Amino acid sequence: MFGYSMADIGNIVVMQGFSGLSMFTVLLLMALGLAIIFGQMGVINMAHGEFMAIGAYTTVMISKLAANYGFVNYYFVFAIVIAFALAFAVGYFIEFIMIRHLYKRPLDTLLATWGLSLVMQQIFRSTFGAKEVSAELPEWMLGSFKPTPDIDIPINGVFVMFLAIIVTAGVYLFMFRSRWGLRVRATVQNRVMAGAVGINTAKVDRMTFALGCGIAGIAGAAFTTIASTGPTTGTLYIVDSFMVVVFGGAASLMGTIASAFGIAQAQSILQFFMTSSMGKVSTLLVIVGILMMKPEGLFASKLRK
Amino acid sequence: MSAILSKLNSSELLGGKKGVLGLAVLAAIIFVVLPLGVDIFRLNLVGKYLTYAFVAVSLVLLWGNGGILSLGQGIFFGLGGYGMAMFMKLEASDPISTKIQTTPGIPDFMDWNQLTAIPWFWEPFKSLPLTILAILVIPALFAYIIGFAMFKRRVGGVYFAIITQAIALILSILIVGQQGLTGGVNGITDLKTMLGWDTRVNGILLFGCILLSRYILTSKFGMLLLAMRDKEERVRFSGYDVSDFKIFIFCIAAMISAIGGAMFTLQVGFMSPSFVGIVPSIEMVIFCAVGGRISLIGAVYGTLLVNYGKTFFSETYPELWLFLMGGLFMAVVMFFPNGLAGLWDQHARKLKFMKRFYDDTPEPERFEPTLSATKEAVEAPVAKKEKPAKVASMKGAKA
Amino acid sequence: MSTFNRRSFMKAGGALVGALLAVGVISSHALAADYPTAKVNTTGLAVTDTTVKVGILHSATGTMAISETGSIQAEKLAIEQINAMGGILGRKIEVIQEDGASDWPTFAEKSKKLLVKDKVAAVMGCWTSASRKAALPVFEKENGLLFYPTFYEGLEQSKNVFYTGQEATQQILAGLDWIAKEKKAKTFYLIGSDYIWPRTSMKIARKHIEKVLKGTVVGEEYIALGDTQFGSVINKIKLKKPDVIYAAVVGGSNVAWFKQLNAAGLNSSKQTMLTISVTEDEVLGIGGENLAGFYSAMKYFQSQDNPENKKFVAAFKKKWGDKSVIGDVTQAAYLGPWLYKAAVERAGSFDVDKVQAALPGYVFKDAPEGPVTVEANHHLTTKLRIGQWGKDGQAKVVYTSDYIKPDPFPKGYQ
Repeated sequence: MFGYSMADIGNIVVMQGFSGLSMFTVLLLMALGLAIIFGQMGVINMAHGEFMAIGAYTTVMISKLAANYGFVNYYFVFAIVIAFALAFAVGYFIEFIMIRHLYKRPLDTLLATWGLSLVMQQIFRSTFGAKEVSAELPEWMLGSFKPTPDIDIPINGVFVMFLAIIVTAGVYLFMFRSRWGLRVRATVQNRVMAGAVGINTAKVDRMTFALGCGIAGIAGAAFTTIASTGPTTGTLYIVDSFMVVVFGGAASLMGTIASAFGIAQAQSILQFFMTSSMGKVSTLLVIVGILMMKPEGLFASKLRK
Repeated sequence: MSAILSKLNSSELLGGKKGVLGLAVLAAIIFVVLPLGVDIFRLNLVGKYLTYAFVAVSLVLLWGNGGILSLGQGIFFGLGGYGMAMFMKLEASDPISTKIQTTPGIPDFMDWNQLTAIPWFWEPFKSLPLTILAILVIPALFAYIIGFAMFKRRVGGVYFAIITQAIALILSILIVGQQGLTGGVNGITDLKTMLGWDTRVNGILLFGCILLSRYILTSKFGMLLLAMRDKEERVRFSGYDVSDFKIFIFCIAAMISAIGGAMFTLQVGFMSPSFVGIVPSIEMVIFCAVGGRISLIGAVYGTLLVNYGKTFFSETYPELWLFLMGGLFMAVVMFFPNGLAGLWDQHARKLKFMKRFYDDTPEPERFEPTLSATKEAVEAPVAKKEKPAKVASMKGAKA
Repeated sequence: MSTFNRRSFMKAGGALVGALLAVGVISSHALAADYPTAKVNTTGLAVTDTTVKVGILHSATGTMAISETGSIQAEKLAIEQINAMGGILGRKIEVIQEDGASDWPTFAEKSKKLLVKDKVAAVMGCWTSASRKAALPVFEKENGLLFYPTFYEGLEQSKNVFYTGQEATQQILAGLDWIAKEKKAKTFYLIGSDYIWPRTSMKIARKHIEKVLKGTVVGEEYIALGDTQFGSVINKIKLKKPDVIYAAVVGGSNVAWFKQLNAAGLNSSKQTMLTISVTEDEVLGIGGENLAGFYSAMKYFQSQDNPENKKFVAAFKKKWGDKSVIGDVTQAAYLGPWLYKAAVERAGSFDVDKVQAALPGYVFKDAPEGPVTVEANHHLTTKLRIGQWGKDGQAKVVYTSDYIKPDPFPKGYQ
């Protein structure tokens, strides 16, 4: 077929399948935090990308420390925890000083958080310099895993994939199996009632927002394994993240997962058969087209309208 | 539509005494103070800023009064700008000045991309009347298609904002990718024929657009627009087809933005995809927000002020600029939702010598942007002066 | 364009070096008093008895700041050194720095400010093609003088611009010849970011591969600027198994590209790659370990072993810190002020028209990269070098070409 041997084609199908899965997990990590914030609270956080950058810069800093003190092989565990904690803390603070005053104006949160993203970008630039930086990767994360001599499965892709699975599972447990999650869902369904039965809804909001930011931090940490970090890195991810959330239907964890999967596979396959930028354009066009016909997204929330 | 646009008296058109005063002051600034008081270099900059003001004015119509936030006005600004740029590029690419090329007589970037003839969609731009027509019609048509698809299905609010943003992204990737047809990331450059274009024409057109907008806003249609912004469902229940209004105002806003884009090309001498994408589209929203999202004249001042600030600070304290710009976004949204115009109205009313201009203008209700028209949101609208509004609106967001 | 062959050109160059040595001796002793301001400045530039104003116009903020910072540093260093030597015609250079903010119209705006308001005698600036294209009409209209440092796609020649970087053919042809001979390469995969420089470069590369090297291009790919997902592209490359990947990926994508390439098992032991977009500056972000063994085609590498370069590197590190690195464009930016100084001294005047006329033919023998000649088409004749990257982020020069004349409008490659 086209002058390639069957074995070649088989190998490529396997690797292409993995590359689609890998893109899926990347999109999922990006969108998860946003889905929580947008889906649960109706807030548009345009600074989401910058929260990822917080996580990424944290990881880069820790990797430099690790290189100096010789714990390069396992610093990533700390990096992820600290990235989460830092992004969580900043998110908590931002919710307190800004977001909570804007809950009744979702379009305005969009603008205010855009302003926030500009400020954060300049903070990154002033602190870490305009140049892009990279984390020192542990030895075990470089290279590839070879089930057969002709198939290479990138280890960093596998790593991101596992991380995405753990985070998604964590979010699921948190939202559907914990006390906190119960309160969050109660507040979403009926705020007045939730307040009446003694749930501190303001606190729930703050925690939810901070949690979304924290997950963005983890995503940022994970991305240092595949790309570099600069002051404006965050802006590259923001549109993709929003597309995933909106396409999936806000407020639905399953929807976010399904839409990340669909978008990633479509883009990955289209980019294989078309040029890279045309693949991206076509994917976006299809999403916009579908959204125009089905504005509530793939998995609309089942709540009463 | 014409049935909706009721008859007007002229003082309403100008916005009462206060409106006349506002227009007169703005006219004096643009046509007298700036040309006399500013050197030619700064004046050219003002000319460029004024082209952005078109977009800010269009957003006053669409967002401030219609409650529809478009994060894709760059699309229309870009379409207008590219239309004008295509005309000027063809004019500049006569066979004599392009004789160094493999195929003389076509734009230089086409020659570099092995095109040997002008593509079909460039043909109409050989003629000025057709170009002007295209600048007005194509963006409106494009807006109609987008608007029809979305508003008929009652997509609004945040969803509309994000989808327009995505379309802006798609368009800019397309322009960059189709280098041979569009000039790619460099854009269409070297448009010498009208460089240093007269700022006054710009100003006159801007006034035209402001008056047109005011005509629309003071008509019955304008009232409906406001009603729609605040209580979309009630307008719908009163028997109006809300989506038609939205499509109409979206088309008008697109057209005004496109005029701005065309003026921009004339003023600056080139057009590039960096004016089509997400960032410029959002920046233009902030021009409007700073000026006051419901004030047509305020939007012009907002644009001038933000851009002047940008130029000033990037010359003197480049490091500070993004902090200021970001801070401005947040401050305006959080503390001055009515922008400069709101501040002015609040204070000017109390001044003695200003008072008589406000005789015929009732004290405005302070603009509280309501939870805007997402499909879900409308069902549980926020009562305007309800104190525990936050509770109600949160419910609206999710219900 | 003149068609002299390489030998006669070298002779001419040699003669010029000799002539210039003489001129150089005279002019370095020149005093401002020998050149009264009224005579050397007849067009109202900002030249006084003691100073001359020169503009620097790069992006200090925005996405391009990453790349342009090095150029600003090099230009400031050169100006400082020139001032320490007594300036130009006895006049110290006063720098007016403007920020292009990675925004193309801002470049046009600031060029206008520098030329109309500040009346600067020359501008060192612009980096991306888009910023140069935006500023060019202003320079032509106001008759300014621009020294442009970046290697670029060619297809341009303005009397108001001197291009101190390579145009496309200077960077591409010799490098392809080398890799085809050295690696017996027959099949090539072309990949670049999606904008004019990579596209034009790849077009020239394809013509050269197909017509001159009789090889085949098995794939050609453009990545949207800033894209970081290369999985599908890498799989396509694996399917086609090219002898050489010829790459011009820029910016943030670059890092993702090399990291993912390595992770997919395509490291230098398995795959030959020649890039025209990676300099020492980019390596900082990419990391030497991801790049080790791959090749870059540039006219300058920091590791070059000639005395002029050692002096330059030492001075640069002294001024901007031990950790700073010097890439190809940084070195080209360093040439700008020196060429301007030479041109003014040859012309004996700051007037733009005279300076323009005086510079072509000049040989700058102290350039860190080695002697360069300014040609009539305002580009430089330079050598091309192939460097192989090591884990430490420095390249070992494995090949140096003969002098290559600039040819911004290459016949047969368009």
